[in-house]
Amino acid sequence: MNKKNKKLALTGGAAAAEALKQIDLDVMPIYPITPQTTIIETYAGFEANGEVETEMIKVESEHSAMSAAIGASSAGARTATATSSQGLALMHEVLYIASGFRLPIMMLVSARALASPINIHGDHSDVMGCRDSGWIQLFCENGQEVYDKTIIGMKLAEKVKLPIMVIMDGFNTSHSVENLEILETKVVQEFVGEFEAVSPLLDTENPVTYGAVALQNSYFEFRIDQEEAMKNAEEEYEKIAKDFEKISGRKYDIFEEYRIEDSASSADRAEKIMVLTGSAAGTAKVVVDKLREVGEKVGILKIGLFRPFPHKKIAESLKNAKEIIVLDRAQSIGTFPPFYSEITKSLYEAKEIKNIKSYVYGLGGRDIFQKQIEDVFADKIEGGYIK
Amino acid sequence: MKNHKDIFEVIFFARGGQGAKTTAEILAQAGTHEDKFVQAFPSFGPERSGAPTKTYLRISDHEIRTHEPVVDPDLVVVLDDTLLDSQEVAFNLDKDEFLIINTKMAEHEVREKLIQKGGKFEGKIHPIDASGISLSIIGQPRPNTVILGKFVQVSGIIKMESIIEEFRRIFEKKLGKENCDKNIQAIEKAYDTI
Repeated sequence: MNKKNKKLALTGGAAAAEALKQIDLDVMPIYPITPQTTIIETYAGFEANGEVETEMIKVESEHSAMSAAIGASSAGARTATATSSQGLALMHEVLYIASGFRLPIMMLVSARALASPINIHGDHSDVMGCRDSGWIQLFCENGQEVYDKTIIGMKLAEKVKLPIMVIMDGFNTSHSVENLEILETKVVQEFVGEFEAVSPLLDTENPVTYGAVALQNSYFEFRIDQEEAMKNAEEEYEKIAKDFEKISGRKYDIFEEYRIEDSASSADRAEKIMVLTGSAAGTAKVVVDKLREVGEKVGILKIGLFRPFPHKKIAESLKNAKEIIVLDRAQSIGTFPPFYSEITKSLYEAKEIKNIKSYVYGLGGRDIFQKQIEDVFADKIEGGYIK
Repeated sequence: MKNHKDIFEVIFFARGGQGAKTTAEILAQAGTHEDKFVQAFPSFGPERSGAPTKTYLRISDHEIRTHEPVVDPDLVVVLDDTLLDSQEVAFNLDKDEFLIINTKMAEHEVREKLIQKGGKFEGKIHPIDASGISLSIIGQPRPNTVILGKFVQVSGIIKMESIIEEFRRIFEKKLGKENCDKNIQAIEKAYDTI
């Protein structure tokens, strides 16, 4: 263990709150919803104990929470909030304002199913519902990643001037106590740096307008700028993650390749690659280890950065596979599931035609077991649902 | 710990509000204190008090990556004996594994009850009147903390000193010194029970 790092046992939610505390937020508008509870509860504890000077604004809905975050961020404050499920859905309208204003707002999402029927448990329906809203989206596997990616994500958002969602699995990660190492606060603050807002509203010497009308002659250009900024986030993420590795010893590529290249020899390269993200990726890694032990050439591509989607790099990583298995924890009702759609696009663009299988798992908190993942690798599950 | 596994796995059966999650989390903190790797997580149904809950705990000398619920436990802890009527608490528990249960019943009575319900557990049953110990020492029904003592005695996987140290760290401020001491006394009493 690095001497500077301190080993703790925390829930994923508390890990996020710990990172936010060290980042030193100015404003945190909040509205409670399960299962992001562990995040704002922990942070409210820091506020009550005087450990942070953040202004926590208790609002009356998630729409207001995001609106307050937009106000605070445009005024020049380093701002974060947290939500889940219907809360994220209620924010939907204003998510586009945040990204259109190019505000680096940090939002922790403890991803949860959407009603109806009512269900408080984890899946990725809520975050997939806003995948076109112009927010950077970054998935995490466990509490350590939540902590680390909150720090990386804050710096990234401020660098490219786009809002970011750091996503953990509701309950599986947000309420799971796991070990993680945290950095010294001083190290985190030096890494993230002071927040210098661009054209903040409170800079009265240099008055600006936010939210002006842009009609036929200019709206289009604003949108193109946003797309360019988002594309740029991929490269910036890589740089920031590399710097983060220097201070933490922990490496976070845009996506994680697990035992795809299992040795220096191409003979050991994975023939079957499973694509998935979140807490289930940890479970799948254990299965891959078992299968590798009996000589099966299997590996995992774990999605990290989902917006922007790293099409070229993913196609490159998958190009030697004979079979690709994509696991989504969300549907896109009426068409193919989200990850599957992105993966097929990546391969088509790279002119790679592959045998790709699509499965949906874990909706509404349905558990996924190692045995089921083994069955998927063995092609024993029919119908596309891992139930 | 099973021969083929390097992770010690536990399931806690309780009812919402009985604090099994806290029990598992104290053990997780104590494990971390000993530089072990831990994982503790709940499997809530609907979030309401009184409903049956399961909480999972893993302790290992290696990094724990799986996130599936515990399916093949080494030890099961039951915080409320009325759960024997509705839950298959001894499922996948083998004869060299253990069941700890908060109950006034004797070992053979618990075993009979398990058999009545179709369970075939041949392993060791450790009944403990954790609610009774708690009422007499703490003055409140807190079987979830008392049972920590029995957990240490039966599993041998965590040291008593670590439990006490972590309990004090987490609860001394919240409960006050006197109340915290009583809880620790009750945990120690449970550790000493046969």
